[in-house]
Amino acid sequence: MTSDSQTEKKLSDMPDDKGHFGQYGGMFVPETLMEPLEELKQAYFNYMQDQEFLNELDNDLKNYVGRPSPLYFAERLSRELGGAKIYLKREDLNHTGAHKVNNTVGQMLLAKRMGKTRIIAETGAGQHGVATATVAARLGLECVVYMGAEDIQRQALNVYRMKLLGARVVSVESGSRTLKDALNEAMRDWVTNIDKTFYIIGTAAGPHPYPALVRDFQAIIGRETRQQIMEHEGRLPDALVACIGGGSNAIGLFYPFVDDHDVSMYGVEAAGHGLETGEHAAPLCAGKPGVLHGNRTYLMEDRHGQIIPTHSVSAGLDYPGVGPEHSWLKDIGRANYVAVTDEEALSAFHELTQVEGIMPALESSHAIAYVKKLAPTMDKEQIIVVNLSGRGDKDIHTVATIDGIEF
Amino acid sequence: MSRIKGCFAQLKEQHKKALIPYVAAGDPNPDITVDLMHAMVASGADIIELGVPFSDPMADGPVIQKASERALVYGTSLSDVLAMIKVFREQDNSTPVVLMGYLNPIEIMGYETFAKAAQDAGVDGVLTVDIPPEEADDYVPALKAHALDPIFLLSPTTTKERMRHICEYASGFIYYVSVKGVTGTSALDTSEVAQRLKIINEVTDLPVGVGFGIKNAETAAAIGKVSEAVVVGSALVNLVEQNAHDTLGNDKIIKDISQVLLSMRAALDA
Ligand SMILES: Cc1ncc(COP(=O)(O)O)c(C=O)c1O
Repeated sequence: MTSDSQTEKKLSDMPDDKGHFGQYGGMFVPETLMEPLEELKQAYFNYMQDQEFLNELDNDLKNYVGRPSPLYFAERLSRELGGAKIYLKREDLNHTGAHKVNNTVGQMLLAKRMGKTRIIAETGAGQHGVATATVAARLGLECVVYMGAEDIQRQALNVYRMKLLGARVVSVESGSRTLKDALNEAMRDWVTNIDKTFYIIGTAAGPHPYPALVRDFQAIIGRETRQQIMEHEGRLPDALVACIGGGSNAIGLFYPFVDDHDVSMYGVEAAGHGLETGEHAAPLCAGKPGVLHGNRTYLMEDRHGQIIPTHSVSAGLDYPGVGPEHSWLKDIGRANYVAVTDEEALSAFHELTQVEGIMPALESSHAIAYVKKLAPTMDKEQIIVVNLSGRGDKDIHTVATIDGIEF
Repeated sequence: MSRIKGCFAQLKEQHKKALIPYVAAGDPNPDITVDLMHAMVASGADIIELGVPFSDPMADGPVIQKASERALVYGTSLSDVLAMIKVFREQDNSTPVVLMGYLNPIEIMGYETFAKAAQDAGVDGVLTVDIPPEEADDYVPALKAHALDPIFLLSPTTTKERMRHICEYASGFIYYVSVKGVTGTSALDTSEVAQRLKIINEVTDLPVGVGFGIKNAETAAAIGKVSEAVVVGSALVNLVEQNAHDTLGNDKIIKDISQVLLSMRAALDA
């Protein structure tokens, strides 16, 4: 091997075999989970090269999820913003209304192949919980979803949806009673019931192989986008924009483009009440590296290494960590990470609804809010693709309350 | 010789088993910890395992989670815990102290800074629940450079091959987690534990302590028959919880925990 092969190493070759993206990622878990993770890693490596598995996945994505999702030219929004052409990748049109189902369909197929009979998941906004309960119902498997007590309050509709689908929703009362605590509780369940249980993590975080595995199941978003934008425009986009909770919809869109250095990438975090207030959920913009939930990544933590409470109007972004691949893409300068406030996201929610007749999830509204800033700085010839990760129906209650409306 | 090694050597000579109580530092308030440590030694503890409170104790059951939460109300940090140990050492220079906790507080302090501070404070071993040897290439040398024993966990899911690998990194003793689950889990199967310990003893000469699920004198004695040490945690932390909200609770907590340890000591020595 010459030293040239070093420089030819592609960004898409990550992670290494221990699950590291540079200094990030890895497997920081209690010993009891090391063997189950090894087993999962083997299954994932084997099945991602197994044609029969991939055919079944394709078939489910097409006929159950409803893929490919359209790439829609938002002509009026583009005109109003007066800059780049804006395309929306319509993950909101998937079955269950968000990108989350791409991942749960994939992980459920793995669970089935591995002979697991019990499914657990954590959820914040409830979208991942619904997407998990949905695929569990389809296979008739027992399903337990952990959800922070605080989030159960905020997302009552999704809690009921999960129950209708036959899942048991367990209220998590420990810690800050939000998504991070639900993840802790799901890990505790997994450690206790590893023999028959498959843990479907909902974002591109957690210990290896989860960040890579979730990315690979979500990368269908970026692969379709590549093909669709070639059909529409005959070239790749200039910029990609996606919101970042744990980072799964963003990495799903970004990953198939990471080696196309002319395509810039913007991950949009939740600035909550403003980065300067400390009340936000923007570890990449305002946190520092640490270890939580099985991986090393940017975190919101105090100077003693305790994880601190987060705030976002959007429950799906209200998480103090982020998938490790984003931490690495930030440090090497391949992707840009920015943040928009609750207020900016809400305004974008209303604008997209009124201008395009598409009601985005509050999570996705963060991405739209950043597009409102970015597009006017670009030429009319340039192209932005923004991931519309989910639909806003689940958030109507939240928005109405903020607008002072009672039902 | 390290305090931990010396302790096990002495116990072996006396044909005794090590009793290792776990409490969380700063639980239910920072005032109690040093006194409680001394009281536990007086009641038969051979090694003290001191929990470092963490906001996200992923491997702990509800009892120890709440202990962490109570300690964090007072903001008990890793530096505070080291300061407590320093005070403990003013009167006790022989009982080994092992820190048990999660990686992030150590990570933020920096491995080298932490290891030096821990050595200065009189810490003997460090058990970090969420760092397997695969991730420990910087962590273990930093500890060893400061005469700290890296304690690692083995679990019912650990293969023999992995045991070998882990034992290459470990010193002091090996901690065998007796059940699949979090701390505070019940249902400990003594004969299964005995079988696993046989395999572990084939792999390493290090003494083995067994934890998770030791509730009372009876289970302590049963496990003491097959291992070199028993670790008891949630059963003690439960006693903290029962008196946590009483202003005069500290004395009662110390009395209750001492009583349980005395009964375990007697059962182990019988
Ligand atoms: C619609 C939607 N978008 C985005 C997210 C954030 O997650 P991630 O960053 O993993 O895409 C969520 C999480 O619940 C969501 O429901």
